[in-house]
Amino acid sequence: MNVLDIIKPENQVFCKTKLMTDTTLSYCPGCGHGTAHNLTMEVIDEMGIVADTIGVAPVGCSVLAYDFMNIDITQAAHGRAPAVATAIARCWPDKYVFTYQGDGDLAAIGTAETIHTCNRGENIVIIFVNNGIYGMTGGQMAPTTLEGMQSSTSPYGRDSKTMGMPIKMTELVANLPGVYYATRQSVHTHKHARKAKKAIRKAFENTRLKQGVSFIEIVSNCNSGWKMTPLEANEWMEEHMFAYFPLGDIKVNGKLK
Amino acid sequence: MAKVKGAIVVDTETCKGCEVCIPVCPEDVIGMTTEVNRKGYHYAYMKNPEACTGCTNCGIVCPDRAISVYRVKVSA
Amino acid sequence: MSELKLMKGNEALAEAAIRAGVDAYFGYPITPQSEVIEYLMTERPEERTGMVVLQAESEIAAINMVYGAASTGKMVMTSSSSPGISLKLEGISYLAGAELPAVIVNVVRGGPGLGTIQPSQADYFQSVKGGGHGDYKLYVLAPASVQEMADFIEDAFDIAFKYRAPVLILSDGLIGQMMEKVVLKDQKERMTDEELIEKYDSWAATGKTNRKRNIITSLDLESEKMEKRVHRLMAKYERMEKEDMRYEKIACDDAEYLIVAYGSSARISQKAIELARAKGIKVGLLRPITLFPYPKQPLFELADQVKGILSVELNAGQMVEDVKLAVEHKVPVEHFGRTGGIIHTPEEVLEALEQKIINNERIGHYKTRESSIL
Repeated sequence: MNVLDIIKPENQVFCKTKLMTDTTLSYCPGCGHGTAHNLTMEVIDEMGIVADTIGVAPVGCSVLAYDFMNIDITQAAHGRAPAVATAIARCWPDKYVFTYQGDGDLAAIGTAETIHTCNRGENIVIIFVNNGIYGMTGGQMAPTTLEGMQSSTSPYGRDSKTMGMPIKMTELVANLPGVYYATRQSVHTHKHARKAKKAIRKAFENTRLKQGVSFIEIVSNCNSGWKMTPLEANEWMEEHMFAYFPLGDIKVNGKLK
Repeated sequence: MAKVKGAIVVDTETCKGCEVCIPVCPEDVIGMTTEVNRKGYHYAYMKNPEACTGCTNCGIVCPDRAISVYRVKVSA
Repeated sequence: MSELKLMKGNEALAEAAIRAGVDAYFGYPITPQSEVIEYLMTERPEERTGMVVLQAESEIAAINMVYGAASTGKMVMTSSSSPGISLKLEGISYLAGAELPAVIVNVVRGGPGLGTIQPSQADYFQSVKGGGHGDYKLYVLAPASVQEMADFIEDAFDIAFKYRAPVLILSDGLIGQMMEKVVLKDQKERMTDEELIEKYDSWAATGKTNRKRNIITSLDLESEKMEKRVHRLMAKYERMEKEDMRYEKIACDDAEYLIVAYGSSARISQKAIELARAKGIKVGLLRPITLFPYPKQPLFELADQVKGILSVELNAGQMVEDVKLAVEHKVPVEHFGRTGGIIHTPEEVLEALEQKIINNERIGHYKTRESSIL
């Protein structure tokens, strides 16, 4: 059987979801943002809830999420997506509201919004892509930049004596009663991506059941910022990022693991 | 059990040559072309098309969803 | 049926918001306007009309909550005072840039810095000269009574949705805290979600049904698109100037001198005019009700009739610059205003009128309009 017989439409088992536009992703080759976008849209597509889903995009590399996600989406000021999402969820209690944010957005300028949105237990999903750096602005140190990790604003490596240790945001918010589900995933291999997709699906199901905040951290690579090829970055991530930011569920159904 | 045959179609202009799909293929099907697309990226292709089982691993990790996957059962 | 009540300005504003069918209020405590959220919380509007009321963790969070609700077409507002408004200015610039309807109330207190909790009008520049970043303006309504604190809520939302733009109600601690009689309108039904989705389906981000997705953003990385966006905003402001500029003239027909004042200062100036006229000094008052669009043309015309103009404002001199711009050097324009939260008395205003204008040696030296044309 030659390839042409196999690639008939009826034999297709996987393709891009229609909830992603045809706009070329602005993300660097191999960047986890693309995968995270697609997994999220695939979940929304499979749940058939696009007509009731409202996304909130941040400021950062994924500020242009609205060019790629084929859903209704509002783009928030830097760090304020959780507040924007709070209001939408309060005014539209039956909608699926999610924020999609980076580490600088959620864990630096937006820390107060993150903490208080989680503490109020808003019925939303927070997707938090942690790549340990400010990507959009050219590779500066982020709250999640690892100790000793170089960046354009920590050229000699992050010095914990002057800049403290990286913030474990998911563990932090998991302790707030308003958080129903808190997990840390990644998307750089098929196994991780499938698990991440299940986590995102569970999060949106939690929203359906009005359970409060579902907080999904996705540890991802930043090839340009880390100055590595995608495969090198993924290896480095497994060795260094996962050591400090261990993957897995931290809180499920309202109970800490 | 019935044998399955798979194949992938790569959108050669969307692929950015990041190679993330290569290590996730259990059958080592995918390679990078020597040619480059319009943006100057080498792109993925089926180096060993016969080995593909259509397992979708490559599809799900591709950040740009440049890979569509096909699978068909074949009699023995 | 409408109701006559004796209320504080802040509380009249809150009650009027519920009755106007406002969908959501997001606030944060700050003197002298905490009564707004206190009143709303006490009234439990979610039971009366389904209105959402939430106290945010900061003014920054509150204005971004406003942005969120506004991006879905809901009638949403917030209130704060001077320092809190400074924190909201980025959000306000986003509301303007993303073309979102919303109402922001500033019950002004003395500044700068932590300043004082006493009344002031020192946020004039912040309000009408942008305040936040970028090419935008705010439609600014300046209430001068508890009645206007109530009435201007509905007026502000009408403008906000007519232009899809943020609107500012610029009050002050005096009007917010004082009690006066106020006639409150009947309860207006809130729009249902279905009605709202249908009405604003072309832009509101309420969930992509079988239409193109709606995107709310103020970002345009391509300069050509950003310039189009700026021009679109400027066109709105021009239209506001043509169609929605509001002001009031009091005792101007025979006026030889003019006072220009808004809000509390306008109320105080009316008493000063009484005192002046009792001494045979014919002085009138031009009260801007919208600070943007500013009543430039009426002021320009009045400058032909009067010998001098006193701008009275509870600050160190801000609106006086716009008065001078409007008058274009036809007659002397001077400022008077107590600051630091002290409220000038009618007698002080009259004294300033006499010293700064009537006894001003430049009176009469200015070219009249005819000669200025030659």
